[in-house]
Amino acid sequence: MTTLPGTMPIAHALNAGLRAAMETDDKVMLIGEDIGQLGGVFRVTDGLQKGFGDLRVVDAPLGEAGIVGSAIGLAMAGYRPVCEIQFDGFVFPAMNQITTQLAKYRHRSDGRVSLPVVIRIPVGGGIGAIEHHSESPEAYFTHTAGLKVVMPSTPQEAYDMIREAIRSDDPTIFLEPKRSYWLKGQVNRASTPGPLDKAAVVRPGEDLTLVTYGALVPVALKVADVCAEEGRNIEVIDLRSLSPIDDATIIQSVERTGRLVVAHEASRTGGLGGEIASRVQDAAFHSLEAPVLRVTGYDTPYPASRLEEEWLPGLDRILDAVDRSFTY
Amino acid sequence: MTAEPLSLLSQQGTYQPHESLALDPDSVDSQRLLRDMIMTRRVDTEAIALQRQGELGLWPSLLGQEAAQVGAAWALHPQDIVFPTYREHGVAWCRGVDPVNLLGLFRGTTMGGWDPTENNFNLYTLVIGAQTLHAVGYAMGIVRDGDVGTGDPERDRAVLVFLGDGALSEGETNEAFVWAAAQNLPVVFFCQNNQWAISAPYSVQSRVSVAQRAQGFGFEGVRVDGNDVLACLAATREAMASARSGNGPTLIEAFTYRRNPHTTSDDDGRYRSGAENDAWAALDPIERLKNYLKTSGTLDQAFLDGVAQEEEELAEKLRAGCRELPNPAPDQPFRNTYADMPKELESQMNEHLVFVEAGE
Ligand SMILES: Cc1ncc(C[n+]2csc(CCOP(=O)(O)OP(=O)(O)O)c2C)c(N)n1
Repeated sequence: MTTLPGTMPIAHALNAGLRAAMETDDKVMLIGEDIGQLGGVFRVTDGLQKGFGDLRVVDAPLGEAGIVGSAIGLAMAGYRPVCEIQFDGFVFPAMNQITTQLAKYRHRSDGRVSLPVVIRIPVGGGIGAIEHHSESPEAYFTHTAGLKVVMPSTPQEAYDMIREAIRSDDPTIFLEPKRSYWLKGQVNRASTPGPLDKAAVVRPGEDLTLVTYGALVPVALKVADVCAEEGRNIEVIDLRSLSPIDDATIIQSVERTGRLVVAHEASRTGGLGGEIASRVQDAAFHSLEAPVLRVTGYDTPYPASRLEEEWLPGLDRILDAVDRSFTY
Repeated sequence: MTAEPLSLLSQQGTYQPHESLALDPDSVDSQRLLRDMIMTRRVDTEAIALQRQGELGLWPSLLGQEAAQVGAAWALHPQDIVFPTYREHGVAWCRGVDPVNLLGLFRGTTMGGWDPTENNFNLYTLVIGAQTLHAVGYAMGIVRDGDVGTGDPERDRAVLVFLGDGALSEGETNEAFVWAAAQNLPVVFFCQNNQWAISAPYSVQSRVSVAQRAQGFGFEGVRVDGNDVLACLAATREAMASARSGNGPTLIEAFTYRRNPHTTSDDDGRYRSGAENDAWAALDPIERLKNYLKTSGTLDQAFLDGVAQEEEELAEKLRAGCRELPNPAPDQPFRNTYADMPKELESQMNEHLVFVEAGE
């Protein structure tokens, strides 16, 4: 496979983004398990300790509460820590620090203290992994006021969004779709990152709006391709920011298309799909020609990997939902 | 000041009694110990081969930790209960868990693999440190059931929980120590200090030895040579006996080294040297026990031949058994999420089954 100049996978784009942020601001530092010599289990921090030293790229003891709690203290001391949680399922020991401390400090200090902490977490399934390595924990975070929650889906977004997240004065949960780490794309390193809280219309269309994020964005684009062959023009929106949600982009789209399908890997109940459906029916009820449909993971624990292919929402399940929307 | 790990066997196989490790070597069937270590290693080697052939997604190897695991497991009474991490294949073997069942988790056919109540051997725990608190809770149950300190060897029981050196840094492990100490619980923490938590050397976690850390919590810490199966057996026996009789917890540090990478997905060439590995290969625990048996004139060739034969049968069973592990049915996760399946989940299950059948 030939690689175009400026073309790289998401994992390398994140590495480049972290490097750029560290070069721009010497208060930026990284903390995580195995991020130094090993470069992280996904190699996202590869070479950064060599370049910036072990005071700026810190191999943490094996304790997630320690990683996030220390980052909070560092942020209070004027640093901008970027934490790496090794896998989605291992963020839970840090949940106390994230929900009761990190998310609330600005509020408690009457706006006097910012905690510019970024927590990077590889998320999602589809890589044939064992337990706790395929989870979609985003709703735990979006339900917590005070956190921003974002997820890129392309190398350019990864490169831009990680820099923007680090620049933000708000604590940001930065979710990385691990099944897309090796997905390649063009990266313009001279880009100026846009706002973190905007959704992107990644494929315009008039007949139905399909909203998703992370690893399902390429799947949604395939859905749109298949539909195009059948003469249906699907608009695909990459949410990018899961909290706050960019309602305006979604609502404008649904006002034109009249139909909405939301897809995510996370379990259905209490998931983001329900939130989006609710906002749309509130703001665009009269534009809707069909109920808002959700295609999601089921309300079970993430299954053993031999079952994940069918358990995860894929092309066929999303197409089914699109078809169903048109039956109304 | 870190104490030298206690040992009974030299690498050359001479037996040297130690005042702190009570063991009558003649009371131990060391040939059987050797067999269990050899069989444990074979489970490990076959699993690695299966991973390389694409039959398993991942395998956490225990190469070099056979003595620690088999020694600890031999100290158990049937009614004792074990809480493992994901690497205790040797303990599972000694407890009678079918080794084929260890493969399912890594093949992706199951999230468990065996009945945890059948052999008093709980499911593997992947979240570092979480099992230490389960052990504490179970030990509280034992106390409430009156199964400690009765003097009845058939009745008194205790908990043996395994952890790695990295796990000592998790808050939950430290909470487990606090509870065990404050309530004087019948629990033995068995830490295999293989010196690495993926790429993090022990110095990233601690300035003092594992065993020393117990002091701060108010219970005994013992540091044994983790490559000396008799030392591991002696220390664990004593700690378990003490726990069963109502004298509370012990932290055992088995000082050892895992010669393979963290898992088959890991690349340890990025962070540790081959020389270190070679040094530990020279301290191989199986060779050490063999040397002892040779030196003491109790290594029987017929026995070794028998074990070699058993090994081949095991390997065959693992290879065939792995490929035959059944794929779970698509409705399995739905049926096992709750004791009483909610209506909403039932309709999701039906929706899913229609989808799966349409695809077939
Ligand atoms: C809470 C949590 N954080 C991170 C991980 C990822 N992880 C898996 S094993 C491991 C290292 C464990 O080291 P140690 O406790 O020494 O046990 P060993 O694997 O060496 O036997 C890490 C960081 C995890 N499984 N759980």
